[in-house]
Amino acid sequence: MTATTGQQTGRTTEPDRPRARRARGGSSWTSFALRRLGGLVGVVVVAVVVTFVIVPLIPGDPAVSAAGPDATVDQIARVRAELGLDRPMLERFLDYVGGLLQGDLGHSFSLNAPVSEVVLRRLPFTAGLAFLALLVVLAVAVPLGMAVGALTRGGRRRRLDSAFGYTTAFVAAIPPYVMATLLVLLFAVTLQVLPPAYTRSQPGLSMLLPALALSIPSICLIARVVRRETAVVLEQDYLRTARGWRLGTLRTAARYALPNLLTSTLTLSGIILVGMLGGAISVETVFGWPGLGLGVVNAVATKDYPLVQGIVLVLAVLSALMTMLVDVLLGIVDPRVRGGQHG
Amino acid sequence: MAEPVTATVPAAPVARPGRLRWNGALIAGTLLLVVTGVVVTIASLTMLESAEGLSPDVAQPASAAHWLGTDDFGRDLLARALVGAQASLLMALAATAISMTAGVLIGTAIWTAPRRIREFALRIVEITVSYPELLVAVVLAAILGAGRWQLVLAVALANIPATARLAANLSGAIHQRDFVTTARLTGVPRRALIGRHLLPNMAEPLLIQLAASFSTGLVAMSALSFVGLGVQTPDYDLGRLLADALPAIYSRPLEVVGPTLLILLLSIGAMLVGDGLAAAADPRVTRRAPSTPRPPVTTRPAREQDSSASPATVEVRDLVVRRADGTPLVHGVSFDIGRGEILGVVGESGSGKSLTALSLSRLLPEGLTAEASRLRIAGTDLLGRPTRRELADAVAMIYQDPGTTFNPALRMGSQLTEVLRVHRGKSPREAREIITGLLEDVHIVDPPRLLRSHPYELSGGMRQRAMIAAALAARPSLLIADEPTTALDVTVAAGILRELARIRDETDTATLFISHDLGVVEELCDRVLVMKDGVIVEELSREQLRSGEVTEPYTRMLLESVPRLSATPGVGA
Repeated sequence: MTATTGQQTGRTTEPDRPRARRARGGSSWTSFALRRLGGLVGVVVVAVVVTFVIVPLIPGDPAVSAAGPDATVDQIARVRAELGLDRPMLERFLDYVGGLLQGDLGHSFSLNAPVSEVVLRRLPFTAGLAFLALLVVLAVAVPLGMAVGALTRGGRRRRLDSAFGYTTAFVAAIPPYVMATLLVLLFAVTLQVLPPAYTRSQPGLSMLLPALALSIPSICLIARVVRRETAVVLEQDYLRTARGWRLGTLRTAARYALPNLLTSTLTLSGIILVGMLGGAISVETVFGWPGLGLGVVNAVATKDYPLVQGIVLVLAVLSALMTMLVDVLLGIVDPRVRGGQHG
Repeated sequence: MAEPVTATVPAAPVARPGRLRWNGALIAGTLLLVVTGVVVTIASLTMLESAEGLSPDVAQPASAAHWLGTDDFGRDLLARALVGAQASLLMALAATAISMTAGVLIGTAIWTAPRRIREFALRIVEITVSYPELLVAVVLAAILGAGRWQLVLAVALANIPATARLAANLSGAIHQRDFVTTARLTGVPRRALIGRHLLPNMAEPLLIQLAASFSTGLVAMSALSFVGLGVQTPDYDLGRLLADALPAIYSRPLEVVGPTLLILLLSIGAMLVGDGLAAAADPRVTRRAPSTPRPPVTTRPAREQDSSASPATVEVRDLVVRRADGTPLVHGVSFDIGRGEILGVVGESGSGKSLTALSLSRLLPEGLTAEASRLRIAGTDLLGRPTRRELADAVAMIYQDPGTTFNPALRMGSQLTEVLRVHRGKSPREAREIITGLLEDVHIVDPPRLLRSHPYELSGGMRQRAMIAAALAARPSLLIADEPTTALDVTVAAGILRELARIRDETDTATLFISHDLGVVEELCDRVLVMKDGVIVEELSREQLRSGEVTEPYTRMLLESVPRLSATPGVGA
């Protein structure tokens, strides 16, 4: 996060001898991994505590609201016992953590099944959707942003520049579920080429619209960043060097511009991917996509608190894992990030 | 309250709210929001009956009376969308007000807390920000239950961490500034410190955050209502209306239009305001690059077509470099460089020496054009359309600042072998062997290690030597060295100059050496051109320069202004 401006290192006059290596192979990787791991642990611990306190924080008697308005006294008592509300808070917390350590996320009373089973069934749907969406985003946004950045460098093609700027800003401002509705209107209602909702017989085909709904706003956001970074990178001396070596446009773009764009692009992609998990909550509802997003919505609606806790915890851990994954990728792509403080 | 005390505090750079720079996006966004706000407010006062009252006109298509038609209960869909938008707007405003107030309070309070608590609180805020906001809002909705106020509270609470982090970062930065330290030392009470010094200086970023909170709040709230966890029937907002319209999307597609359109208007309005505020706060974004329409790099075709082999490696006749508006920057320069000769070009910045060199390498910046009656390097006519490979064979460059000339993302080996692999068709291993030899030639001690390194791990001198090796890899006819020693210290520079002299002595390569340092030029170059305001004012041999046989007063002035490097060790000789 600090050292992203390492180009300046050799700007001033220096003695003609090798500079002490700051990032020495193994040790830098170890401390880098430890730092990231520490961050992950913090996020998971907070998520565990927060999901636990969902139940005690519910105003009134959680057992009454969970059992529903028509419940008998017996049913309420049973729910109370199932939620463990008849035991002291600390004991319940230790139980909760102990269960988690054994992979036990509790028991869903609306589905009458272990929460872990429900989560495992739904997880592939959300993960697949987010992954496809991210692939689409990167495959479209990076070339698009680089092309526009190159075409408009140094204030050229003013009109293309502002058209790109306004279009992407507008599209990025469209909430995912509105985008989903518009896509359904266009591809399912008007053109009738894609299914409007999840169909078990064609899971691949019915994945396209939700993936598009998730990715289009992100494409715009990332393309804007890539465009801006391209403009900066194109002015760098090392691009002049590459031009002087006459490497050709494509090779220069792929080897000299692209790697230097990746740091900011990847950082942003991580944030956007995490945002997609949030977006999945509403987009999955539009398409009836049987992932974790729709799962948590249903669980909240049916006041199935153990299921809410379980899915929220899994989603939170997923988002933390993604952030860490992006950090590690950054460390691989840009050796200066790994080094930590220098720059 | 603390007026008399704060008067002793050094002038704090207080942001002046009156000096907001309005720009297109900001005006458009504000207008959009204000107009939409006024329209939906009027609608909710006048159209409530048609929005909520049942009527016999059930499920009507669009008509003059009902622009968007009616729903299953005969309620006007346009009226419902407008009234629902007002509900969304008010709820978003309420949530924004709550989250901003709480976020700023928490953020600034963190910085006035004792260190331990501060570190812990910052860590917690950092962690909460990392969760998807909508997920946090769903958790809060699960706790609070469904309904209007629960929804507002859930979204507001979910939004607090982002604002708190921003406020904490801002006040952290301001806390370290002098005027706050002074205020603390002079005993200004905490409350006064926050009110008079912290908040005004945080105003601009917080305003941008306000716009962002509003738009994320609006979107998150509609999303929660949309999935059924927010506003419950019979209440409605835009998200609820969209959700109600979705099941009938095949039979009455018009029903989704109203809520969709209004959500778009509001969120685009908020986006424009946010962008506009950001642009106003950061003038870099609005300042445009100077207008330079792209002119084609035109070159006048060579007039004299004498194909007789000339002894000179480089021939330049009547070279003119123009700006896009026609202003000439170099006025008809002519010179030759022989095989194995080092030609120095000296002059102050702006004299046209670098532009001359860039014309020879066909790397003029955008907007500049070069014309000449003759412009050749060895067999390559630069006025024609030389291929990339011909250009790479003809000319190679060494630049001034070795700190920035290499790609920071690639290892040196990968970059240095580039020319050999691309233009000479060498395999990576062959290219490595050749470049290792060249690196040894330029006195790099451990070439394999250099090839494994990233640029940032090397010293300036090593990078410049590597640059020379890369330039030589192409075996160019002409080597252009544009102030190659300016960024290096004296002993390192002397080493680089020795390499250039060695290249002259051992190869046929002609060198164009650009410098503003006559002392260096005198040691290294066989001939010197003195340039001023785009023309060559004098041409001197090394001997003439050494003995001070200069005729031009400008050259004399240059000579006198440079401290003589009488003892540059061993260069040229």
